[in-house]
Amino acid sequence: MLDLTFENPKPKVIAGALHDWELVIGMEIHAQVSSNAKLFSGASTGFGAEPNSHVAFVDCAMPGMLPVINEFCIEQAVRTGLGLKAAINLRSAFDRKNYFYPDLPQGYQISQLYHPIVGEGEVLVEMGPGVARLVRIERIHLEQDAGKSIHDMDPNSSFVDFNRTGVALMEIVSRPDIRGPEEAAAYVTKLRQILRYLGTCDGNMQNGNLRADVNVSVCRPGQYERYQATQDFSHLGTRCEIKNMNSMRFIQAAIDYEARRQIAILEDGGSVAQETRLYDPDRNETRSMRSKEEAHDYRYFPDPDLLPLEIEQAWVDGIAATMPELPDAKKARFMGDFGLTDYDANVLTAELDAAGFFEEVAKGRDGKQAANWVINELFGRLNKEGLAIEASPISAAQLGGILDLMAKGEISGKMAKDLFEIVWTEGGDPAEVAAARGMKQVTDTGAIEAAVDEIIAANPAQVEKAKANPKLAGWFVGQVIKATGGKAAPATVNELVNRKLGL
Amino acid sequence: MTSNTLTIEAARNALRKREITAVELTEACLAAAGASAKLNAFVHHTPDLALEMAKAADARLASGDAPSMCGIPLGIKDLFCTRGVPSQAASNILSGFTPEYESTVTTKLFADGAVMLGKLNMDEFAMGSSNENSAYGPAINPWRDGLTPGGSSGGSAAAVAADLCIAATGTDTGGSIRQPAAFTGTVGIKPTYGRVSRWGVVAYASSLDQAGPMTKSVRDAAIMLGAMAGHDAKDSTSADIAVPDFEAALTGDIRGKKIGIPREYRMDGMSDEIDVLWRRGAEMLRDAGATIVDISLPHTKYALPAYYVIAPAEASSNLARYDGVRYGMRATLDAGDGITDMYEKTRAKGFGKEVQRRVMVGAYVLSAGFYDAYYNRARKVRALIKRDFENAFADGVDAILAPATPTPAFEIGKKSGNPVEAYLNDVFTVTLNLAGLPGVSVPVGLSASGLPLGLQLIGQPWQEAELLNHAYVLEKSAGFVAKPAKWW
Repeated sequence: MLDLTFENPKPKVIAGALHDWELVIGMEIHAQVSSNAKLFSGASTGFGAEPNSHVAFVDCAMPGMLPVINEFCIEQAVRTGLGLKAAINLRSAFDRKNYFYPDLPQGYQISQLYHPIVGEGEVLVEMGPGVARLVRIERIHLEQDAGKSIHDMDPNSSFVDFNRTGVALMEIVSRPDIRGPEEAAAYVTKLRQILRYLGTCDGNMQNGNLRADVNVSVCRPGQYERYQATQDFSHLGTRCEIKNMNSMRFIQAAIDYEARRQIAILEDGGSVAQETRLYDPDRNETRSMRSKEEAHDYRYFPDPDLLPLEIEQAWVDGIAATMPELPDAKKARFMGDFGLTDYDANVLTAELDAAGFFEEVAKGRDGKQAANWVINELFGRLNKEGLAIEASPISAAQLGGILDLMAKGEISGKMAKDLFEIVWTEGGDPAEVAAARGMKQVTDTGAIEAAVDEIIAANPAQVEKAKANPKLAGWFVGQVIKATGGKAAPATVNELVNRKLGL
Repeated sequence: MTSNTLTIEAARNALRKREITAVELTEACLAAAGASAKLNAFVHHTPDLALEMAKAADARLASGDAPSMCGIPLGIKDLFCTRGVPSQAASNILSGFTPEYESTVTTKLFADGAVMLGKLNMDEFAMGSSNENSAYGPAINPWRDGLTPGGSSGGSAAAVAADLCIAATGTDTGGSIRQPAAFTGTVGIKPTYGRVSRWGVVAYASSLDQAGPMTKSVRDAAIMLGAMAGHDAKDSTSADIAVPDFEAALTGDIRGKKIGIPREYRMDGMSDEIDVLWRRGAEMLRDAGATIVDISLPHTKYALPAYYVIAPAEASSNLARYDGVRYGMRATLDAGDGITDMYEKTRAKGFGKEVQRRVMVGAYVLSAGFYDAYYNRARKVRALIKRDFENAFADGVDAILAPATPTPAFEIGKKSGNPVEAYLNDVFTVTLNLAGLPGVSVPVGLSASGLPLGLQLIGQPWQEAELLNHAYVLEKSAGFVAKPAKWW
């Protein structure tokens, strides 16, 4: 397992005009539950369909229609909770959050204010080798997504699309344990990675199925430690909530801007007003959306259409028994079993499919070499082509075949790269392709020796230089390989050159 | 006597013996309903649909496949969504709304072969006790012009009492089946909460709403409830409990049963007539072999205030969907009006005064700072009221006898100026909704002025069969046979 001893990262410090400030950040992540059907109806959750084509009667709040809980969404929330090492509440309940908006047809959102399905958990956010922040999760609750208002189709009318209405969201609420913009982005990245491993959220931020509300406040150094010791929020500054961000870059920029805005106010002798703000990426600033006074009174109350949700421990245990290996465990195993570096292990475990690909390549082979090839050759080439790992023209078996030829000494590293290129474009079994094309390095010492002797004899001046400076022996190696048409095994050439030069 | 005066039981037997056809029965009801404009009980007639359904019922009857409700012409309260037929909950805000779906209750009734004659008047969104809060104007009590048939199922009660249909559907959130039944000399049962599906019934207060039959006899109520009841996966609050044969439970034998008389129901403002009726009712049950015991339901006096917090709270949220965006009415807007103007104008124009009042009360009791003082306290009261009943039943009481209403039917307009006085009408009925218990209103006598008076029997959860049997005994003993003289 992963070595759990790590240092806390240093909090981000922003130097104000008067003194230093630290940031305190808590996040609410809205993660769309991976499910074919909505939270309370059988309508499809498919993205990008014709407007209002995925709408059940209950989704658009027709009179007399009633919600029925989609059990799979509950299972997904439980799985997510287990993945975040969180307490699962066997009894939870749904509440109504009341407000008027055209894309909220019921006039209320069904959510879980008082009794969420998942309680306290944690996420380990690594910021470098041996450096990590343990971010505490306060709760996860299930709620309905809203529809989409469209204001720019007609000068006199607005339109609404209810396809997204009622799609299940998990709101994952963290404690204010995040201490800088980079940590915030790393937290979202890690959470997204875990959700994708679990298969409970696609994490596609562009499509809005992972969105973040960020609570930002600033305080003087030392204050945060007082908060931690007491859990008394009065040690912290007044927070502002930046709503609805769906890009890691914007999250960081918005936090940075917002912290500096608050610092400027405080250093001017003012006080920060608690409010909800929106980030404008075009102008890189946050703007007030509504103040605390203007905040909606949501008139939460238990939804009388839904009985309290009771689940059995045995059912939870059944889900726990099917949990996949999660990123931290996989990374630790890759480092332990394959001798990978922290960096390589991070890269290879970022996405589940890539990790699986690597593992297939590495199995029974040199893990470090497999990692190098997957990261440098394969990922490099995939990035260049804009392809996802699932669309790789080279399979793990094919890449493994190339590595096997190299390990047996039949082809050189240079040849392997050429072979990779051929298999990438033309496909085929690497061993057969290499054989068909005569790609086989020469390991016959006699033939190579002749070439070495010939080149040494022809270049006496170089010989003198190399004897004075052994690093220059590489020149002879290069010449010999060139003379053999690239087929001489570099290791053999190297050894012979050194011997003949008396190095 | 024309066939529209038949009970379900009599019509069923005549239909099965082919003494009458469903079409003939339906035509008789359609004729009666068509000539009842003065009662304002029907707000929408569906004669073509009715005859089509009657023909289908006759075919089933001829083939021998005839459930009890087959061929029985019914009036349907406007609160039920009926496919292709306007369903407005007697509200202007649902003007022109014609659902593309059929409520579970009507689906079940029609699947058994019942015939829909049309939609029945009611208080808007089932909020009221006199049918005066209707976009269609009040329904009138057939017993006397100018009197209310009660509410909110006033149209249902009037239609059944006036023989415009064989029976009708009603809904009961705080007494909306039992009070109009008592005002019109008909029988109405509010089943245990969860017994009948709420799917497709326009919601007033979800935790209290329950549909039930309104009929001419206890046996009819038993027959029709059997057809309406049952678990529905589309309603999460519907109970997965088997539906017994309610009609078969009508043995008429209540010997050895213990009937509770709750002392807290004897309250100020109750008419002497009702008091006398109540005592007589107890005597009838005793004469039938039951034991009468005094019981205490100590939190009764808090029921009405708790109800008028919980019901408006849920209503304020349930009615938020009527916003002019997707269906129903949208107010005409002025240039420059925004979305808030659209909401405000639509809801101000589309909702009647009582609905607006309850929506505002509901929003208030749920608002920050008042939630605990009102809504949470009301929920606690509700739990105490439920416990009162549980204690009584735990002491061996089989059913509880109480008045259904404090007075006989009153004049239209008499209480409309004073909402609190109007709310007091529900004092004997709301407790059951808060506790989720079944209750049935049975006509037992006439007032000095010749108006029907009803008593209410309250049963244990899921014990509608036994409750109906008690009601059956009371009905038989009372021998109530009076009918309103036709004036309309």
